[in-house]
This record gives sequence, C-alpha cells and structure tokens, in this order.
Amino acid sequence: MWWQWIAERITLGLHIPDGFLHAPVALLWWLPTVIAVGVATRAVRQSLDDRAVPLMGVMAAFIFAAQMLNFPIAGGTSGHVLGGAFAAIVLGPWAGMIVMTCVIALQAILFQDGGIVAMGANIFNMGIATAAIGGWIARPLLTRNGSFTTNRLWIATVTAGAGWLSVMAAAALTSAQLVLSDLPAAIVFPAMLGVHAVIGIGEGLITAAAVLFLVTTRPDLLQANAPAGTSSARVAVIGLIIAAVTAAFAPLASPDPDGLERIAEDVGFIERATDAPYHMLPDYTIPWLGETPLSTILAGLIGVAVMIGLIWVIAALLRSRPPARS
Amino acid sequence: MADESLADRALAPASGIAVYDGRVTTWLALGYIFTLAWLPAGAWDALIMAALILWFVIGCGRIGLRLIWRRSLVAWPFALAALTLAIARPGEPIAQFTIGGQAFTVTDAGIVATATVMIKSWLSVQAVMALIATTHFSELLTALAALRLPPLLVMILGMAYRYLFILQDEALRMLRARDSRSAALPNRRAGRNLRWRATITGRMVGTLFVRAYERSERIYAAMLARGYDGQPLTTPPPSLRRIDYVLLIGGSAACIGLIIVAYT
Repeated sequence: MWWQWIAERITLGLHIPDGFLHAPVALLWWLPTVIAVGVATRAVRQSLDDRAVPLMGVMAAFIFAAQMLNFPIAGGTSGHVLGGAFAAIVLGPWAGMIVMTCVIALQAILFQDGGIVAMGANIFNMGIATAAIGGWIARPLLTRNGSFTTNRLWIATVTAGAGWLSVMAAAALTSAQLVLSDLPAAIVFPAMLGVHAVIGIGEGLITAAAVLFLVTTRPDLLQANAPAGTSSARVAVIGLIIAAVTAAFAPLASPDPDGLERIAEDVGFIERATDAPYHMLPDYTIPWLGETPLSTILAGLIGVAVMIGLIWVIAALLRSRPPARS
Repeated sequence: MADESLADRALAPASGIAVYDGRVTTWLALGYIFTLAWLPAGAWDALIMAALILWFVIGCGRIGLRLIWRRSLVAWPFALAALTLAIARPGEPIAQFTIGGQAFTVTDAGIVATATVMIKSWLSVQAVMALIATTHFSELLTALAALRLPPLLVMILGMAYRYLFILQDEALRMLRARDSRSAALPNRRAGRNLRWRATITGRMVGTLFVRAYERSERIYAAMLARGYDGQPLTTPPPSLRRIDYVLLIGGSAACIGLIIVAYT
C-alpha cells in the first residue's frame, strides 16, 4: 500500500536529502564530521592494525543488512534498528563511527537515501552522535574492572536506554539542522521528536535484545573488543560533540530565529557589533562591493574557501602524526 | 536485492558515458550537486537550465530518463517536510488555515521556497542515479581517493560494498525462515506483543552480527594467505586523457555559469 510505503519512508526521516539544508549549514556540519571520522580512522588503524579493513568493511555491510530485519508494529508499518548505538557498544565508539560512516555513505550513493551535500550532517546525526552515545555513555556503564558486566537487568536497562537516546539525539540534531535551514521549529521539533520517541523504543528493545544475545552466546566477542584510543582524543571529540549540539540548539533559545540580533538592536549595541573585527562578511556580502550579486557570490566563495582550508589543515594535522604501529 | 540499485547497470555497454573516466563522471556529479545546493530560492532560470543540462547528459548516456524519473521518486516523501516551508517564510499571505487552534499562513515566499527545495532535491537524486548508472563503484572509490579521502576509509568502503549484498541475502534468508515459522491465520495477528516481536528481531540482529563477525575473520585469514600486509594492491589509475580534461573544464564552466545566472 502506498501509505505504508510513505510511513516507512518517514521513519527513515533522519536521512536528509539534498536541497533541504542551506549550503552554509550543510558545509558547516561537514567540519565536525571530518574531524571525528579522521580521528576515528587513526584510532581504528592503531587498535585493529591490518584487521581493520575486513572487520570494519563486513561490519558496515552487517549494519546495512541488520536494518532490513524489520518487525511489524501496527497498521502495516514496521520498525527496524538504526544500529549506531549497537555497533559502538559492541565494537567501540571509534569503530562504530567508521562503520556508520560507511553505511550512510553507501546508502546515499547506492540507494539515494540521504543527500551528498547533506551527507556531512547525516553522518554526524546517525553515525557520530549515535556511536558516541553507545561508546562513551553505555560502554563505560557496562564495563566493570575492564570486563563486561554480567548483570543482565543492568545490561538491558543501559543498552535499551542508549538505543532510545541515540535515536532521539539523531532526531534532535536533524531537526536543528532543518530549523537552521528555515523550516519552522514549531512543527519540525514536535513532529520529529514525537515520532522518534516511539521509534526509539524499538531501537532500544532491539539493541538490548541483541547485546543480551551476545552476552549469552558469545561473551568472548564482547571482551575481545576492549576499549581503545587515547583519552585526550576522546575528551576532544566529546567536547566537539557537545559544542556542535550546543551550536545546533543555540538559535532555538529564542522563538525568533534572529532573536540575538533583535535584542542587539533593542539594547543598542548592534552598531558596536558590526564594528567587531570578526564580522568580516556582514550579511553575506563583501563590504566594499556593496549589496551586488557579485558581492554575494564572492562572499560565498570566501566562505567555501575558508571551510576547505580548515578541513585541509585539520586533515594535514591528523596525517602528520606517525602511526603507533604499522 | 541487487536489482534495487542501478549499480549493476554500470557495465552496461549501451551507456555512452561509460567510456569516460570514472573520476570525471564522479567529480562532475559531485560538482553539479554542490552547485545545486548554492542556488537561491526562486532562481527558476538557473534551475531550469540545471535540469536541462542533467537530462541532456542522461540522454547522451542512454541511461533511460524514464527509469531515472521513476526511481527518483524515493526522495519525495521527505518533500512533505518541505511543505512546512510554505508557512515558515514571511511574505504576502495567500491562504490561511487552522490546525488545533493555531493559525498558519501560506505565503508567496514560502511557496517559492518549497518549490525550490523540492526541485533541488529531485535533481540531486537524479544526478546521483546517473552517476552510479555510468560509473562502477570501484571507479567511484578511485575518484574519492584522488580527493584525499583516507586510504583506509576507501579500502573499508570497498570491502563493505563487496559484502553488502551477501549479508543482505543472509538477512533475507533469516527473514524468510522467521516468516515460515510464524504462519498466521487470516484476520488474526500472529506473534505476541510488540516487545516480544522487537526482542526476537534483536536476537536476529545478534545472530547476524555473530555470523558477520566470523565471516570477517575468515576473510582476514584468506587475505593474509594471499599476502595482504595492510597496503592496498591496486594498479595506479590511468592518467586523464585530453577528452577527460575537456569534459571537466566544460562541466565546471557549466556549474559556474549556473551560479552566475542564479545570482545576477
């Protein structure tokens, strides 16, 4: 039935297609994604060595296939797992991020689920954020003195909670990105968070059942993938995620999207703000060219160049450090 | 499952674009999609030109415009979200309606924004479809590697693509086995409550994970047996020919032209 098909597509509503995000918003979200994936690639190379390619590759294919394992909910609709939290709980946060990045990239390229320009945002929402919740919130809670806990009720509670939270975080981030691209917050937030609060229950139940299954049948697999990665890098990425989430929610602190500017005008410090040295491209135009189309295009190009430069510098910094083993 | 994607058509000899270098088609497709992202709302002339350029290329590649159009509908349910743009933009009010006591106003600027988003989304999906219909996935990875994607990530993506359909088949077999064990009478719901069904699915996910993990260990052993030492063993891609450079320059010029048309 066509409406079932649409309902199923809406539950996939976390894959933002191209065209929805304003170009600056989409490009901005590439930045934390590139940093996180770069750090994760290094960490995986260090901890897994040349096992990284077969293990991560097959695990990405596994998440892809696991998303096909659906269960009927009601009225012909069905639910399935997103998998980011599960991958991070079982394989570790960095490996989880790499696996989810590959899954989202393949979905966008092969099946057109999610856009290309929007892929940075999609990877962050469904890959980085979900793996961070599974790997840095659930995993430490499940580990006692370096080994996996055996308390089944505790495992079920923590993993189910992490699964639900990962879906909610992805939905909140997606909503924030859409709202930053001018979609109305009053509709997007209640709709997305409402639908995904229910979908998240399925994610939590599946995650808990899958982890408990592994605890029963293959506890060695859970012990084998011990936590890896340096603590400083971990702290850096956690800080990055908090910063990104805060940035995403900052504009929503006020019902008016340009609330801060409004207050600035009311209080009267807008003149001072425009004089600030960091206000280089006021209203996306070059000051000495006036408000001409050329000025807008040049401002856009400068913005893109700055973004590419930032990404390049960070990539070079990550690359220059010698790997621990090779 | 393989027939779900256009990737299998990549080697179809009928395709005219397939004779061009995979790096050229990949970079041009990415450039086209990034150009679309920068077009402002209501830039109809640029959007129409962009659509005509894309359809001309698809026509030249003999990919089948109708097939692309039919498959490109996957992006449309998300377009429901774009409808909310119609009430979000300030502008001349066109229509008003009330839902749950709250009044919403449809504005002209809002309708322009909605239409722009839907067209951009639709064209981007078609560009990706044209890309995978003409470019083999391995060529696409070569193009991404040339854009300085970490080699490890490129190898992982290649490995994931190789085992994607194998593990999907595994998942389909598990689903078939579950269906065959849970026969239901008509008009009577099979299975217990939602929690029970989700738990069963979770155990299937766990089973699939164990199978995939063990498969990856076998693959690793097989790779080691064939002399794998962590480095990719691929022939370096051939250098670009003159026609490739002509296409790259022509495509870039078209993208820049679209931006100029949109902003002037």
